Amino acid sequence: MQCPKCRAPMHTYNRNGVQIEQCSGCRGIFLDYGELESLTRLEAQWSQAAPPPPPAPQAYPAPPAPAWGAPHGGHGHHGHHGHHRHKSFGHMLFSS
Amino acid sequence: MNSAPGPLLAGLTARARAAAHARAPACPCGAATLADRPDGTVVRHADTVAKAHPLDATPAELTSRLTLAARHPGILLPPLDPTPVDLHGRLVTFWPYGTPVDPDAPDAAPWEAAAVLLARLHRSPAPKDLPVMRGPAKAARAVARLRAAGPHPAVASVLRAWASLPPWARAEAPMPHTGTLCHGDLHLGQLVRHPSDDGPWLLIDVDDLGVGVPAWDLARPAAWYACGLLPPGAWTRFLTAYREAGGPAVPAEGDPWPALDVPARALTAQTAARAVAKAVAAGRPLDEVEQSVVDACDRMATVPPQLVQEHAK
Repeated sequence: MQCPKCRAPMHTYNRNGVQIEQCSGCRGIFLDYGELESLTRLEAQWSQAAPPPPPAPQAYPAPPAPAWGAPHGGHGHHGHHGHHRHKSFGHMLFSS
Repeated sequence: MNSAPGPLLAGLTARARAAAHARAPACPCGAATLADRPDGTVVRHADTVAKAHPLDATPAELTSRLTLAARHPGILLPPLDPTPVDLHGRLVTFWPYGTPVDPDAPDAAPWEAAAVLLARLHRSPAPKDLPVMRGPAKAARAVARLRAAGPHPAVASVLRAWASLPPWARAEAPMPHTGTLCHGDLHLGQLVRHPSDDGPWLLIDVDDLGVGVPAWDLARPAAWYACGLLPPGAWTRFLTAYREAGGPAVPAEGDPWPALDVPARALTAQTAARAVAKAVAAGRPLDEVEQSVVDACDRMATVPPQLVQEHAK
């Protein structure tokens, strides 16, 4: 689908089982009927089950990334840089 | 991959030894082959390195690139002699040995030093006789090899991303801007400390050096960041150091992506093309890092470069 604001294509991402459309141009987010309620419910369950998480450490705001960047825009660094991934990327850093 | 034919490697090793012994007659003879690839065979003998350049290197172009390196010893490692010699039909040059970035410690990569060297290079006046930077030509060659590699589900993704690029980025038209000195193939293997171990960092490898679009030199780290591979902290350090050193490839403030977008797309496609061709040749699946670069190619096809530039603030 097309973004109602800037007309760029929108991509679907899954957040905790909720399908979210995000615009590849302006990064705006579109929620279907009931999705906001689903997210609110998930949030409520989370805050009942555990004390609120500490704010994520962020030394500086994430730098801008292009619209075609990774869904996390390169901002995500939450443990998915495993050893294998790191080794392969280490090789890529030194290749033409 | 084809390695150098026996006589070339043997001859190159002998030349490196002779050049090293001419510099230091009491030589401890620490000899090693540093690289043996079609695009360059490099051997070390003690403090001297001999490089056989790619087959398509021409004496005139290589000499003007070597002369430039000799003129900017604070930016580029200067050759021992700015004139290449012929060995078994290959052009050979001699260099002092410098300590490379430790491949096992990429987290210790000298991002600031790399950025400052690039900013200085981009701000240096470009001599009239210098050929064009070969970045787009190398990307085009990687894509040509991908087309010849054989069937793979990722080939179509990479070719679609490649097709969305403007002709200059595919080496099918002149570059829009050829007034700036560029390295043309920046990655972490292109930095050495000289004198070795504790000297300042310098850029090496003049084969792709020339005039062109300077954002190309920033585009590999930019592409790694965009693909979610390079942590934002490392990218910020690199970009900030480049801007603080007065580098002209991106505006001093604000969103750098209108300038970086096309080269970063091209280098993402080049990296994906090489990764897929290698995976096909080895008969193995793409690993997670390689897949993330192919995924970026998929997303590119849905966002034309012009659109991204219009959205820039």
